[in-house]
Amino acid sequence: MQPIWTIAKRELNSFFDSLIAYIMLVLFLGFSGFFTWLYGNDIFMVGQASLQSFFNIAYWTLFFFIPTLTMRLLAEEKKTGTIELLLTKAVTDRQVVLGKFLSTLILVAIALAFTLPYPITVGALGNLDFGQVICGYIGLLFLSSAYIAIGLFASSVTSNQIVACLLALFIGLFFHLIFHLLSNQFSGVIGQVLESLSLTSHFESMARGVVDTIDVVYFLSVTFFGLLLAEYSLTKRSIA
Amino acid sequence: MDIRIQNLTKRYATQTAVDNISFSVKQGEILGFLGPNGAGKSTTMKMVTGYIEIGDGDILIGNQSVRTHSNELKKHIGYLPEHNPLYLDMPVIDYLHFCAALQGVPKAKIAERTRTMIRLCGLNVEKHKKIGELSKGYRQRVGLAQAMIHDPEILILDEPTTGLDPNQIVEIRQLIREMGKEKTVILSTHILPEVEATCDRILIINKGKIVADGTAEILRRQQAASEQVRIKIEDGNAEDISKALRLLPSVETVTVTDTATNRFLINCRQGVESRRELFNLCVENKWVLSEIVPMETTLEDVFRNLTLN
Repeated sequence: MQPIWTIAKRELNSFFDSLIAYIMLVLFLGFSGFFTWLYGNDIFMVGQASLQSFFNIAYWTLFFFIPTLTMRLLAEEKKTGTIELLLTKAVTDRQVVLGKFLSTLILVAIALAFTLPYPITVGALGNLDFGQVICGYIGLLFLSSAYIAIGLFASSVTSNQIVACLLALFIGLFFHLIFHLLSNQFSGVIGQVLESLSLTSHFESMARGVVDTIDVVYFLSVTFFGLLLAEYSLTKRSIA
Repeated sequence: MDIRIQNLTKRYATQTAVDNISFSVKQGEILGFLGPNGAGKSTTMKMVTGYIEIGDGDILIGNQSVRTHSNELKKHIGYLPEHNPLYLDMPVIDYLHFCAALQGVPKAKIAERTRTMIRLCGLNVEKHKKIGELSKGYRQRVGLAQAMIHDPEILILDEPTTGLDPNQIVEIRQLIREMGKEKTVILSTHILPEVEATCDRILIINKGKIVADGTAEILRRQQAASEQVRIKIEDGNAEDISKALRLLPSVETVTVTDTATNRFLINCRQGVESRRELFNLCVENKWVLSEIVPMETTLEDVFRNLTLN
């Protein structure tokens, strides 16, 4: 456990030292705040004390921001060769992957924590269902962990950060959109399988305040397989 | 802890990087690992440190196989990779803390170990700077400091003195010699005088195979096919002298290098010394033997002999 935390701490420091963390926080809060409170289908139009519109915005902003956070995690170390130094220390490949995963999840959690004034404000305006809000936040964290795992895998297969970012977006897009769209085209078993692979439906039910075991299992398994693949590709030691 | 390498082989897709090599390094020994670029030095070292997987054969460190116990063994190994990769965005002191924590140094001892390494490696002035701001020589010291931070029993150093100035090289060599007294050290380098200065034993590999193993002295003797002597004789005529020299039983060939001052280069027959005969010859003829220089085979010659072709 200790090495995972040591690595996570270093990564977090590196996020904050390199300004990536601040830029990410400002952009995330700026985007989600603007679209939640000021523009378009905003929170006042619903006529109901609900954070549904914020969750729908965050659902998209996290999709785009997480790959930019994860892209450097392994790719940069492979490019500069520091991965060799890290992996010859008394740590396993798995601890390295988990440490980096944890650091990014903490950063996203910090970003989400900064949006806590939203429910407090809405709660002051009307009768807000806090249970639903908590479910929504948990949903966002689950969604983030799935995308971080996918991003880590993308970062583990290349030493080029841009490639890692685009690859993460490409893989993420399937879960985010394409499986859902495809499932509408197919009927029967194929349609059902595609729909159950789609992240959209699992997240939506959580954002509505329903925590179903199947949704939790879904998010955890996407995270698990992402990390497993990242570890596997790291053990291959390819430098490409 | 001893390192024993048994029939180690590593194949990449198209080529064999390390081809069935076996050797061992004892505790307290500094092994100089030589070879031309691409000979398989780094590959071997990477396998010892557990970074890349062992192909065939095995590496035993203190009776435990790197194949099965790599994770426990890593605690006992300090490694300085080739090109010395470092986190350039970290301050020296934070970086050393990080490395110490990863290597399992107890929390209470981390600060003390870091201080010791900073002092040993002469990093005191630079300790709060980011590694990216340091010159190459100082980065190399940081690399050495992180390798030794947990006081490992085994040190694997891949070209530890590249990019250092002559003063720093002397310091680092002293440091390695000092550490090497109770540790097991494998050191790879291209700088041949360095090997003679720091290493107890030399191993030369070429194209993945071991071509020489022994002390610098032994290697030189093995490679010196026959003795060569350069002489200068006064009070004589070059032609007479060279004729007389050729008649000596121990002399194989004589080359006149300078007729005006009577300088000759003599190749002796295999396994015999000719200095005594040369002296006696000069005494008989009342010539004055004013110079006699045995030509040493340098480690460079040994290296070239073994690795060219």
